Amino acid sequence: MADALRTKLTGRAILVLVFSFLYLPIAVLVLLSFNASGLPTTWSGFSLRWYVSLANNSDILHAAWNTLVVAIFATLIATVLGTMLAIGMETRKRRSTALEALAFAPMVIPDIVLAVALLTLFSRLNVTMGLSTIVISHVIFDLAFVCSVVRARLKNFDFSIVEASRDLGASSFTTFWRITFPVLLPAIIAGALLAFTLSVDEFIIAFFTSGAGRSSITLPMQIYSMIRFGVTPEINALATIVMGVSAAALLLSQWLNKEQMTR
Amino acid sequence: MKTSVKLRLAGLATTAMVLSAGTVLSADLVISNWAGYMAPDIAETFKAATGLTIEVVNHATNEEIMGKLMAGQGKGYDVVFVSSPFAHILNGQGLLEPLGPGKVPNLKNLYPQATKLAFDPGNTYAVPYAWGTTGLCYRSDLVEGTPDSWSYLLNPPAALKGKITMLSTDRWLMAAGLLYKGYSVNEKDAAKIEEAKNALIEAKKNLLAYDDTTFFSKLVSGEASLVQAWDGWCNYGIAENDKIKFVVPKEGSDLWIDTMVVMKNSEHKEAALKFLDFILEAKNHAWAASNIFYEVPNKPAMESLDPELVKKYPTMGVSPETLVKYEELQDLGEAQRDYSRAVSEIKAAN
Amino acid sequence: MSSQTVRSNLMALPAVAWLFLFMVVPCLIILAYAFLTRGLYGGIEYTPTAENFQRVIDPLYAKIFLTSVRIAGLATLLAILIAYPAAYAICLSPKRTQPLLLFFAVLPFWSNYLIRTYAWIVLLNREGLINNLLRWFGYEGEPLALLYREGAVITGLVYNYLPFVILAIYSSLSRLNGELIEASRDLGAGRVRTFFRVTLPLTMPGVAAGGVFVFVLSIGNFVTPALLGGGRFQMIGNLVYDQFLTANDWPFGAALGMVLIAIMIGLLLLQARASARFCGEKQEAANG
Repeated sequence: MADALRTKLTGRAILVLVFSFLYLPIAVLVLLSFNASGLPTTWSGFSLRWYVSLANNSDILHAAWNTLVVAIFATLIATVLGTMLAIGMETRKRRSTALEALAFAPMVIPDIVLAVALLTLFSRLNVTMGLSTIVISHVIFDLAFVCSVVRARLKNFDFSIVEASRDLGASSFTTFWRITFPVLLPAIIAGALLAFTLSVDEFIIAFFTSGAGRSSITLPMQIYSMIRFGVTPEINALATIVMGVSAAALLLSQWLNKEQMTR
Repeated sequence: MKTSVKLRLAGLATTAMVLSAGTVLSADLVISNWAGYMAPDIAETFKAATGLTIEVVNHATNEEIMGKLMAGQGKGYDVVFVSSPFAHILNGQGLLEPLGPGKVPNLKNLYPQATKLAFDPGNTYAVPYAWGTTGLCYRSDLVEGTPDSWSYLLNPPAALKGKITMLSTDRWLMAAGLLYKGYSVNEKDAAKIEEAKNALIEAKKNLLAYDDTTFFSKLVSGEASLVQAWDGWCNYGIAENDKIKFVVPKEGSDLWIDTMVVMKNSEHKEAALKFLDFILEAKNHAWAASNIFYEVPNKPAMESLDPELVKKYPTMGVSPETLVKYEELQDLGEAQRDYSRAVSEIKAAN
Repeated sequence: MSSQTVRSNLMALPAVAWLFLFMVVPCLIILAYAFLTRGLYGGIEYTPTAENFQRVIDPLYAKIFLTSVRIAGLATLLAILIAYPAAYAICLSPKRTQPLLLFFAVLPFWSNYLIRTYAWIVLLNREGLINNLLRWFGYEGEPLALLYREGAVITGLVYNYLPFVILAIYSSLSRLNGELIEASRDLGAGRVRTFFRVTLPLTMPGVAAGGVFVFVLSIGNFVTPALLGGGRFQMIGNLVYDQFLTANDWPFGAALGMVLIAIMIGLLLLQARASARFCGEKQEAANG
């Protein structure tokens, strides 16, 4: 009993420490969103001006919307493709070095190589570029990361259960949804979160594959282009709102679920 | 539960439509520039003057937009803002539209010096938008005397050790070393490049950081006392703290020019030329000078500036005669390889 | 072909097709560039040459590669050492709060990389929050030089990629049932012994996956070395970037990029083999 309590307390302590590390810079970032001066790294007094100017900055808001759209679509496609690839690789009787190399490649290709390669291809084929081509490009590396997480969970997975289920007459489909999928779910969620996070922050590949128009600018493109004349705390204000709204939405849905359950 | 899934699907379907329809809305002109380098209401004023609509997009660096223009043959872009060596390369690759005599009447507003620049005499493919030089930006309350030599960067007095930053972009980093050694900023002799490299490796010991983006912020916070800086950027520091000053070292410096170019693959060349002409109107061109404190090579625009502004930001009063005495950065051709390797070596040195 | 092989191949097909069309095909163009010559203005000249690959063999690039391997390696090690206990602690939490904790671990990373890095500068610089806090507590010495050191670069990398490792380790830890661990304890194995003989080997795939994430993302990173490292350190990914965009030397950048990809894939395959063997043996040991 004392042992269990000690484990619990140690767990709590670790969580507090790690989350402090994760949120320490976020606290600074939020603080800077109220910075009176426009300098990115120097504090000079409290002000709400950046929230006001953000509300009037349709460029940034539009870019933020595009980023969300790209990240959602890239994550959806990559999660499906990456999970299937992982299952395909782990259920093979013999490992295939070529397949493994192909699954690793998107993670190790320097961004700039993939960016130049894709733009050259799209441009030669006269593909109209925009958000859709950014999604296509993001899926490439996103799916590799999803595949990697799902494969890790599939190692040591006892495929004899799957065979047993088939032997008992269940269709492949039923077997998948009833047996494989529930085991994989945490890894699929983890992979999707990973893909989404990578996509939200990606700059170079998006810049090269976005085409020329205003309509396909993503937030990282908008932010990096501000480097020369100063990245204003408007971006901090936006990040604060994004994180605040996401957290509030999740906590709310959690709370609603709980209400439903208790009723 | 069922309905919420349906709602979500409907939401996704709508977004999918938005995704595929992204390219339908198109303006008369697509212009790529650094964010914040033009008046925010440029689209409205241009439309009022010409009836043409523009879409302004942004790039982060010269390097990135040039890579994109090269890989995509510049398709989709009409007017692009890049610095002169990059305009020179784009032109060399045949990606730029010749401007043609008389096509941009307001070129007459340019200072005569700005029409005879070595990279493009007679403004045949590029129109200068802003110009200036590189020098030392410093806190006059933390630095003793005036740091009027590149040796303050490369061989600093004890008090400045560890409180200095240098630019990290290859050409300007090398320029500091070359000028310190008394060579040209476009030096192509391998042995001289080597000398400058060695001086820069030596100087790394006394350096706080290489910094291209936040050096003025470091001066304001007091983290650095002396930084290698472009004149316009130093002015952002001055805006926050009036003890910050700018000096061009006595050994000389470079002349940088940001330009506007028209892409050969543009489908709206007439409109693009109209845009260049519009920017060159004195009151439009003066925007850059009075809002972001960069000198513009436009005579009536500079003459219209508030004298108070020039008093606060002395770099705004530097005459074109003085500016063109500095050495223009030129494309290095084959020697670029030596520069890149030298910079890699400097960055990798311990 | 057995029906199982057919099924496996069909599962892999969509992703393989996607990667082939959008990664392999365009990269073949880049591979072709590696055998061509740089034009006068940085374009591609169609004169075949092997010179670009000869230039890659240069002690300078080997040095930069080794430095970045060291920095990325240290970041990976630290990230795993922090992420493992964190993932373990998340698994020990009530089932309902686990997804919530995971979500809050990635939430900071939906802001933007650049402004997170600026926030670290505010914390670490000589006139920054940490130094001011120290002064407030009565510290009177010279301000600590925390920034522009290798340590700052590693901190930045660990910070930004930590949630990825937590996610990877969590997803392989969470399938571990408590019974196995209890059984081991009941059989008299100590806490430590149980961890190293049972828990760790079974979660090794997750640790390996997470480690690979930090390593490959760090090697290619350039914002952190530029801002937190003061540009004093260069990661190998940045070197490739410079050849393409700064030096405008696409053929050489292509050659450097291709060699880098080959080395990294080789390393990852070796790592996959090694961790498979480790897991296999340890698992047998645990079973036997």
